[in-house]
Amino acid sequence: MSTNQSEIRYLTPPTVEVKKKKYCRFKKNKIRYIDYKDPEFLKKFLNEQGKILPRRITGTSLKYQRKLSVAVKRSRHLALLPYVTDLMS
Amino acid sequence: MQKSFENEKTIFTFAAQNFFNINNKKRFNMNNYETVFIASPVLSDVQIKETVQKFKQLIADAQGTLVHEENWGLRKLAYPIKNRATGFYYLFQYKVNPEFIQKYERAFKHDEQILRFLTVRLEKYSLQYAEKRANLKKEANSTEAEKTETVN
Repeated sequence: MSTNQSEIRYLTPPTVEVKKKKYCRFKKNKIRYIDYKDPEFLKKFLNEQGKILPRRITGTSLKYQRKLSVAVKRSRHLALLPYVTDLMS
Repeated sequence: MQKSFENEKTIFTFAAQNFFNINNKKRFNMNNYETVFIASPVLSDVQIKETVQKFKQLIADAQGTLVHEENWGLRKLAYPIKNRATGFYYLFQYKVNPEFIQKYERAFKHDEQILRFLTVRLEKYSLQYAEKRANLKKEANSTEAEKTETVN
């Protein structure tokens, strides 16, 4: 009986998902200025269509999300990033 | 009576000094700026050098100082501008009187061989970043120069 129980336990392991806490990578790495000249870095905060990802997904703090959006827009103006695409490279 | 007269005099001199100070401030007020511009890809090497030289000269004429410059070379644009798919990117970092910027941007606007330009004022943190970047580039350049020397 006891062996049976242990087997059942083994087959259905407890699925306790540990939620990883999101953090602001600018605060963590102490990045004070977001460069608009570095499109490769800014691409981390865009989806495949080139839209800026919301804060609730990236975990960026409000202060840096504002700065980020300015940087992305400057980058778009200089044709370093696209305004609209179907698939980001 | 005598005393009050003296007071007035001191007040007047103080005011005059202040006035000149403000004027001086305005005259010698310098800000750090950064301009990135995209030159048309149809230009020849000589023409590009000429345009770059022209915009450098404008800074020099306004008693500004060019702190750093970068040539990114021919790059693909993320979207076509004036029916061009590529462009020569150039970066200037300079210190200049704020009144100069309006004229400078107009010069860029009037030049038909400039596809796009962007001028940004550098404040505390962006200036730190720009200095760091400039130093990195300089180091890279010097190491490259050393490498070529050793090869030779």
